[in-house]
Amino acid sequence: MPRLAYSFPEEVLEHVFSFIECDKDRGSISLVCKSWYEIEAWCRRRVFVGNCYAVSPATVVKRFPKVRSVAIKGKPHFADFNLVPEGWGAYVFPWIKAMAAAYPWLQEIRLKRMVITDECLELIAKSFKNFSVLVLTSCEGFTTDGLAAITANCRNLRELELRESEVEDICGHWLSHFPDSYTSLVSLNISCLGNEVNLSALERLVSRCTNLQTLRLNRAVPLEKLANLLRGAPQLVELGTGTYSTEMRPEVFANLAEAFSGCKQLKSLSGFWDVLPSYLPALYPVCSSLTSLNLSYATIQSSDLIKLVSQCESLQRLWVLDYIEDAGLEVIAASCKDLRELRVFPSDPFGLEPNVALTEQGLVSVSEGCTKLQSVLYFCRQMSNAALDTIARNRPNMTRFRLCIIEPRAPDYLTREPLDAGFGAIVEHCKDLRRLSLSGLLSDRVFEYIGTYGKKLEMLSVAFAGDTDLGLHHVLSGCDNLRKLEIRDCPFGDKALLANAAKLETMRSLWMSSCLVSYGACKLLGLKLPRLNVEVIDERGPPDSRPDSSPVEKLYIYRTVSGPRLDMPGYVWRMEDDSALRVS
Amino acid sequence: MGSYESELNLKATELRLGLPGSDEPEKRSCSVRSNKRSSRESSVEESRCKSNVNSDDSTTTSDHDQESVQPAKVQVVGWPPIRSYRKNSLQQKKVEGDGSGIYVKVSMAGAPYLRKIDLKVYKSYPELLMALQTLFKCTFGEYSEREGYNGSEYAPTYEDKDGDWMLVGDVPWNMFVSSCKRLRIIKGSEAKGLGCL
Repeated sequence: MPRLAYSFPEEVLEHVFSFIECDKDRGSISLVCKSWYEIEAWCRRRVFVGNCYAVSPATVVKRFPKVRSVAIKGKPHFADFNLVPEGWGAYVFPWIKAMAAAYPWLQEIRLKRMVITDECLELIAKSFKNFSVLVLTSCEGFTTDGLAAITANCRNLRELELRESEVEDICGHWLSHFPDSYTSLVSLNISCLGNEVNLSALERLVSRCTNLQTLRLNRAVPLEKLANLLRGAPQLVELGTGTYSTEMRPEVFANLAEAFSGCKQLKSLSGFWDVLPSYLPALYPVCSSLTSLNLSYATIQSSDLIKLVSQCESLQRLWVLDYIEDAGLEVIAASCKDLRELRVFPSDPFGLEPNVALTEQGLVSVSEGCTKLQSVLYFCRQMSNAALDTIARNRPNMTRFRLCIIEPRAPDYLTREPLDAGFGAIVEHCKDLRRLSLSGLLSDRVFEYIGTYGKKLEMLSVAFAGDTDLGLHHVLSGCDNLRKLEIRDCPFGDKALLANAAKLETMRSLWMSSCLVSYGACKLLGLKLPRLNVEVIDERGPPDSRPDSSPVEKLYIYRTVSGPRLDMPGYVWRMEDDSALRVS
Repeated sequence: MGSYESELNLKATELRLGLPGSDEPEKRSCSVRSNKRSSRESSVEESRCKSNVNSDDSTTTSDHDQESVQPAKVQVVGWPPIRSYRKNSLQQKKVEGDGSGIYVKVSMAGAPYLRKIDLKVYKSYPELLMALQTLFKCTFGEYSEREGYNGSEYAPTYEDKDGDWMLVGDVPWNMFVSSCKRLRIIKGSEAKGLGCL
């Protein structure tokens, strides 16, 4: 095509585009003009698919022929809490098949909440000669045999991370399939595996891979073996221990302490299953340089936790059980001035009574003392509007705030009022808030605040809240940047959804379960909005067998350019659009 | 808050989740169904009703009686929002099936393998201790509250729910069974220092 005198040659544009990594910006570039669209598509190396059903594999490989790295997400977030029944979908096979044909030079695959089978893993191992990164987060469907295919064939593998995935553990020898000549491992995360791996193979692997930076072991790796592993990899930056207790033997302790002090680059620690507190001092040499500490499996008392955490002055991320208690959080507020992210998990989530002295006060203390705190996940049993207000005023830089008051619909424990004002303060003061999870007693009011102030909000999770459709309407009409909305057990029905139907096309997805959306409304939405898939999930049988006014069990609506998906299980019904009726 | 009044007549017969004394509205929400995946969870289908059919198992209606007995908590699917992976990790001691046994691991100094025993099989400490001594071919000697297993070659210890290592025998048997996560047989010489761990 004739080149205009003043335009850049393609190669120059390609070079310029190569500095743009953010997907959103890449998208903008592609909209400038046809030639930029084509050049950008030709040189895009990374693709992120936030919803595997929003676009088909064929469309992706056709538009972006030279991709090296792919990230795909599958099931809705609430699948983490068993709200999505078995067999729902998110199978990665069609993607692997398409990419095997189109991307022989593919290097990286990152999946989240997808089903990946051994067949897929074998196909990956066979098809991509340069394959180097496999990260499976919250995935399922494969066994250690599939992993063996990867380790046996992927000569250039650098990262193998299984994060909280369900793996059928057939045999621990998959790790031994790495050939002796293989030394390129940089990151290995097997923390979710149930059974033992071949320890001597692991030791040999670790010591010959001199670039190893991340090693996350599984619970089955005994503490006595840890020292040896560490000695084989003193350059480690991130370590996940296995079980962290054994008999208290002085020589084991001394060995371990020495091994830890040899790891001068260690910045991140995790694991700590079955912690025996007397072994924690072995970590003291590395505490001051730690930036990330995950103690969320460490069932130890506040005093032991405090002794450890108070030494971690560089800590930026802390995950811990509520055994830390308010007292421990106060110490953290005083010692960990660089803290950016705090997650406090419940040790006894189903107990009727509080088992630890952890209240809203702990979070208030941290919000006061840790000025860089921007990301919070906090499980507790009581909260007050006053505390939330204080937290909001202390930390206007908060970007992710997820509060889970364990008892559904728990009111402000001081005033017995809804927590509307408290969460209202959060959205009002934290102007950059991107993610919010609500809990406690909440009326429509809180949604009015969210719609008014939550202008940067991208993801909102709601449970057991609200009074009427007005609540949902406030959110859908007010939150300009909303991408993901997930709602369970709220009295939201048809009105708000139908009135804001167009909004749904601007979002990635909407999940509603145990609400009051009728089958008739779902049908209407499906009809009106052909660019959405409106999927009704109902295990009671065909929705047609019930009146149109009957509420559906679960509803998942997402935008897509691929039309209906072809792999819906028997309990999912897609509401038809009228495109079939249109004369083309 | 006026809309809550209309719900008052349903309150008496509805199942409610709420703090004792709290008067929050039970919004006629929909049934929470357990799904097939929840077999691993101990969740129960809870029907929070649109209709008042549950009058026979209604909770106490006295909202203001703080002393009222809290009924056994009905677990809601997927709440609190904790991943199964995390839940399973916390419950190290699981009741498999319906009371079909409380299996805990038993380790011993120097032994190459761990063993597993079913605590439900034993009715008292003497029974358990006898079984352990047989299993590991060791002796514990006499237990006394003051001295523990002082003087014996080995001593039985256990890890409780809080992650602490305790001497077997201090607490009532039933409390022990419900809080014991795993057992460990340690040398008598180490037992002396148990209190300092």
